[in-house]
Amino acid sequence: MDKKNNIKVYKNEKTTITVNENWCKSCGICIHFCPKKVLVSNEKGFPEAKNIDDCIHCNLCELRCPDFAINVKKNEIAVEHSVNQKGLED
Amino acid sequence: MNNSITQYFRKEMFPHIWCPGCGIGIILGAILRAIHSLGWEKDDIAMVSGIGCSSRITGYVDFNTMNTTHGRALPFATGIKMANPSLKVITVMGDGDCAAIGGNHFIHSARRNIDITAIIINNMIYGMTGGQYSPLTPTGKFGSTAPYGNIDQTFDLAALAASAGASYVSRSTIFDVNQATRFIKKALLKKGFSVVEIISDCPISFGRINQLRTPVQMLEWIKNITVPKKVWDKLSEEEKEGKFPTGEFLDIDIPEYTERYQETCNRIQ
Ligand SMILES: Cc1ncc(C[n+]2csc(CCOP(=O)(O)OP(=O)(O)O)c2C)c(N)n1
Ligand code: SF4
Ligand code: SF4
Ligand code: SF4
Repeated sequence: MDKKNNIKVYKNEKTTITVNENWCKSCGICIHFCPKKVLVSNEKGFPEAKNIDDCIHCNLCELRCPDFAINVKKNEIAVEHSVNQKGLED
Repeated sequence: MNNSITQYFRKEMFPHIWCPGCGIGIILGAILRAIHSLGWEKDDIAMVSGIGCSSRITGYVDFNTMNTTHGRALPFATGIKMANPSLKVITVMGDGDCAAIGGNHFIHSARRNIDITAIIINNMIYGMTGGQYSPLTPTGKFGSTAPYGNIDQTFDLAALAASAGASYVSRSTIFDVNQATRFIKKALLKKGFSVVEIISDCPISFGRINQLRTPVQMLEWIKNITVPKKVWDKLSEEEKEGKFPTGEFLDIDIPEYTERYQETCNRIQ
């Protein structure tokens, strides 16, 4: 089975949000705790970046996802997004 | 998905086995982000676990790993550290694993102040075996072995580790994932026994019997029962009831076990 199709990419000028639907278990954490309500649940419970224009790149959805299934990237600057640099400063 | 931390995965093992919304995956992410920020090589790390859902972590990471017996992560880790002190040794334990069956190992690892980073995934229950209460189940909460509410006092593992002789002790939660990552990073860098307790969820074995059925309800609950240390210190005894302080409780530099052992060897040669 070609699982590639289950990787959904949502994109606007500033932001790319990728959801790996092969790994997502529809727990709802990313959707509920997004401070800007960027994400909504689709019929299978997977997050869809319906309001992507409101994304502030806080990365909380990615950091709190238990399944490594959602990834947020700020488009214009090439920064390392897996580590929330701000969060790691003392 | 996320190149910088997926490099540590045993990718063929994914998606992982944990239930939807289980905090163990969030903590795995925090550990890997902390390690990544330090730029450590995979082969320099030895990760040791016991038995439980939490202990399955070692199956998913491409370090030197050992999934040992229930409660015994620290004895195995001690052996590894003594044999090769240059390794970065990390143990990952569940609250039952660490505080019940492994309680004595935990106390004595702290007393020795051996250079091991002990990460405790505190989901407040025996997740894997169906929700028996653990020494960290809050008083009054329900478990399959506490159908009328748990009458035990809850262990304060942070206070225990600090008084037993550890170098670094902190507590965070899966909700405060940035803080948890920062504490793990500090613990990894600390020479000596370093403890990070992370309050986690288990929507299945804890949540169902405690009316916190969904991962979102569990995270909201964790957010509500935890209080930063600074605020905690000003609360009255009644206000502290059912709440847990988070933050860093101890960060000191004291002689470490493998170094003292080496010094002794040098002296008697
Ligand atoms: C010597 C021994 N006693 C009991 C068990 C059964 N057992 C397996 S996991 C577990 C407890 C799991 O709880 P915890 O350590 O809190 O980890 P969790 O599953 O919640 O992550 C028990 C009692 C065992 N495997 N070995
Ligand atoms: S990065 Fe922050 S604002 Fe953007 S979708 Fe994720 S949680 Fe929402
Ligand atoms: S937090 Fe992760 S697993 Fe849960 S719904 Fe969002 S993407 Fe899926
Ligand atoms: S039983 Fe609990 S601790 Fe175990 S995987 Fe499921 S949610 Fe996680």
